[in-house]
Amino acid sequence: MAVSLKVNGATRSVPAEPDTPLLYVLRNDLELNGAKFGCGMAQCGACTVLVDGRAVRSCVTDIGSLANAEITTLEGLGTSEKPHALQRAFIEEQAVQCGYCINGMIMTAKALLDRNPKPTESDVRQALAANLCRCGTHNRIVRAVLRAANEMGRI
Amino acid sequence: MNISINRRDFAKGLGGIVLAFTLDPGLAQQPKQLPGSLGGNRMLDAWIRINADGGATIFTGKVELGQGIVTALAQIAAEELDLPLERVQMISGDTGRTPNEGQTAGSQSIENSGTALRLAAAEVRSMLLALAAPKLEVSADQLTVADGTIKAPSGKTIGYGQLAVSADLHREATATVKPKPANTHKIVGQPIRRLDIPGKVTGKPTYVQDLRLPGMVHGRVVRPPQYGATLASLDDSKAKAIPGVIAVVRDCSFLGVIAEREEQAIKARVALAGGAKWTPGPDLPDPKTIFAHLKSLPAKVEVIGVKQAPVLASAPKVLEASYTKPYMAHASIGPSAAVAEFKDDKLTVWTHSQGVFPLRAEISKTLKMPAASVRCIHTEGSGCYGHNGADDVALDAALLARAAPGKPVRLQWMRDDEFSWEPFGPAMSMHAKASLDGEGRIVDWNYELWSNSHSTRPESTTGANVLAAWYLAEPQKMGPPTSPQQPAGGGDRNSIPLYDFPNQRVVHNFIQPMPIRASALRTLGAYANVFASESFIDELALAAGADPIAFRLAHLKDPRAKAVIKKVAQMAGWKAGEKGDLARGRGLGFAKYKNLSCYCAVIADVTVDRTSGRMRVTNAWSAADAGLVINPDGLSNQIEGGIIQSTSWTLHEEVKFDQHGILSRDWSNYPILTMPEVPKVEVALIDRPDERALGAGEGSQGPAVAAIANAFAHATGRRIRDLPFHAERVKAVLA
Repeated sequence: MAVSLKVNGATRSVPAEPDTPLLYVLRNDLELNGAKFGCGMAQCGACTVLVDGRAVRSCVTDIGSLANAEITTLEGLGTSEKPHALQRAFIEEQAVQCGYCINGMIMTAKALLDRNPKPTESDVRQALAANLCRCGTHNRIVRAVLRAANEMGRI
Repeated sequence: MNISINRRDFAKGLGGIVLAFTLDPGLAQQPKQLPGSLGGNRMLDAWIRINADGGATIFTGKVELGQGIVTALAQIAAEELDLPLERVQMISGDTGRTPNEGQTAGSQSIENSGTALRLAAAEVRSMLLALAAPKLEVSADQLTVADGTIKAPSGKTIGYGQLAVSADLHREATATVKPKPANTHKIVGQPIRRLDIPGKVTGKPTYVQDLRLPGMVHGRVVRPPQYGATLASLDDSKAKAIPGVIAVVRDCSFLGVIAEREEQAIKARVALAGGAKWTPGPDLPDPKTIFAHLKSLPAKVEVIGVKQAPVLASAPKVLEASYTKPYMAHASIGPSAAVAEFKDDKLTVWTHSQGVFPLRAEISKTLKMPAASVRCIHTEGSGCYGHNGADDVALDAALLARAAPGKPVRLQWMRDDEFSWEPFGPAMSMHAKASLDGEGRIVDWNYELWSNSHSTRPESTTGANVLAAWYLAEPQKMGPPTSPQQPAGGGDRNSIPLYDFPNQRVVHNFIQPMPIRASALRTLGAYANVFASESFIDELALAAGADPIAFRLAHLKDPRAKAVIKKVAQMAGWKAGEKGDLARGRGLGFAKYKNLSCYCAVIADVTVDRTSGRMRVTNAWSAADAGLVINPDGLSNQIEGGIIQSTSWTLHEEVKFDQHGILSRDWSNYPILTMPEVPKVEVALIDRPDERALGAGEGSQGPAVAAIANAFAHATGRRIRDLPFHAERVKAVLA
């Protein structure tokens, strides 16, 4: 069985059953490291990707439901050589400790900034309420998102 | 390659000379004590190699856990070598390559590995200067170094790379070359950006979960339903019928599966669990009476910190209070993972263990393989905050890989594997009793605590401290519980007050039987002991009619302790005598971590909703003194992270269980602090460049819980003495 997916602008065919959660296909077939396995139950947010611009938990999203969808992962935002404003802001603010949750923070923030380019601090905290961080990096993460919003507004 | 062969030949010759001396017992000398981790790893080339390109490769046994240590150690080495940071390559935690520095734990990496690297690098730099001097035809003291290039007053230069071949670093460190004075530091003390962050925010392969070896397959394990349950029967037909399944692996009560694809392994795990029948293990204690139950178990009793002055005829006021802390989980965001490959009778394990050498010892014991045939290589995982499932999953992966020789096996635990099998931070009870004299001074302090072991890590003296080893056909037993001795302490960490009391006595009841698996969680006993003793100090201050800050300062002699308290009071705008109300309460907590490490004071503001019982920490301020600061931004990040993690522990966290097993199996039954609940945090560092650099990764958790507890009392006039401070408990205390 093969399923066709559009990921970061490219159409890719993966040898997986339609009931396979997107997360495993991204990580193992497409070798994209951004989305992480955290709980497999849509509770923590580490696996977040964008599906047609919405932040979605890839650990509970079957690939069979994504036939015509545009999927964007952390890698689709930018690279370490040419980072997206959000990625740059996370580096500027040193908003990482272990970094395992950071993919979900950045992808959820991307969806927020796309619908609300000028969020307040409270907007950012609410948008990230269902993304868990264990190291206590929260305040730096919020600062990074606000910094990115600021920079993107200026461009 | 040629360089290393030359060195080895040289070493052989040297070995002969050393042997001739040591054969004569009369000439045998005790080796000189070397500071930090140099003590156990005495050769310079165990730490530093100078490369032909003029850069250096630095080896450390300490590993990155998200705390930024590899960047900080690189700063130290680059500083002493006079190399730019980007020309220093770091290799960490590999039994095949790096020094053995035990566990990366206890906030000791800067103190031990940092000290070793600082001294070794200073010595290597001076060796390079000595080699350069004749070539540049001047004496070494006339040379200067910048960016790895040595320069004579004449303007002639020579690069480290040109000296690499002739620099023989395969010799014992002497630790006699003085490191640079702090006022000349260019890299140390700077908020250097972490080396690992750009890759982490862009999806570069970073974690053990990201390893993809050729021919790699995927494993999952099926754990018993409760501690000590044994596999009575197994029908694996449904699991084996799942496409892609390569093997079901069973060794007595250890059960796992390997499949071509990860999702197939996950499906097979479900099918396998459905076909497994287990003989139950022993019942767990009743959670309602857990503290009484633990106290009823046999314990080793240690009396510590005793001070005796002439006893007063009678103390006007005597106070007494009891406190508890429940089992808490490490609750890493990413469940533990490992990759193992068994090939040509050799086993390689990629692991996020905090101690690759101790892990190797347990794996070789359990698999009955010589240690030389097992290599453990540290590869980052999700933050661990102590002894989580990292070592256990490494053995699991090794057991699966042994059943599929030649195929690397990647295994990540599922969420419930991590929650229900990780060793928890143990439940603790604390009791304090103290007397105040007529002037409101504490004249007698008695403190007693009860705790299981906080240290059941690999490598155990007997048996093996890795989960699967206990369930095999030829099992290893769990090793005896241990407790680090004072002054660092284990369950009794920070139980001896830093305050200056004329009479004091501390009793550590180290409970031996362990009904619920427990081990090291960040701070060990310090979180609970600072919670209890700093709460009690506030209770005494109230009884003495004193301001909590003035009361503490009056009982402290150490000027650095006083300085962090005064600093944080100033930051928060503390006003003596200010009354709290439900809208706001404010409290302070202080500790010197382990009574050996960084000084930290925290002030917290809380609000309490009487109707819902919901308590919030709105703001926190902290002042910390960790001696010489290596990286101020990294240090602030650790202090702030510790406060936020401690806020989560304090308001929410408690492992749920019943007689049949652990009930906290996912985030719905082990909630942690969420983004909107996180307090604003402000951190100030007191830099003391002439003092020793002190570990700080665990400095703020104890002060933070105490500050929150004291703020609650300030807001409500009631004292909350049992953790966590969840809504039901708050309502009960206020009723």
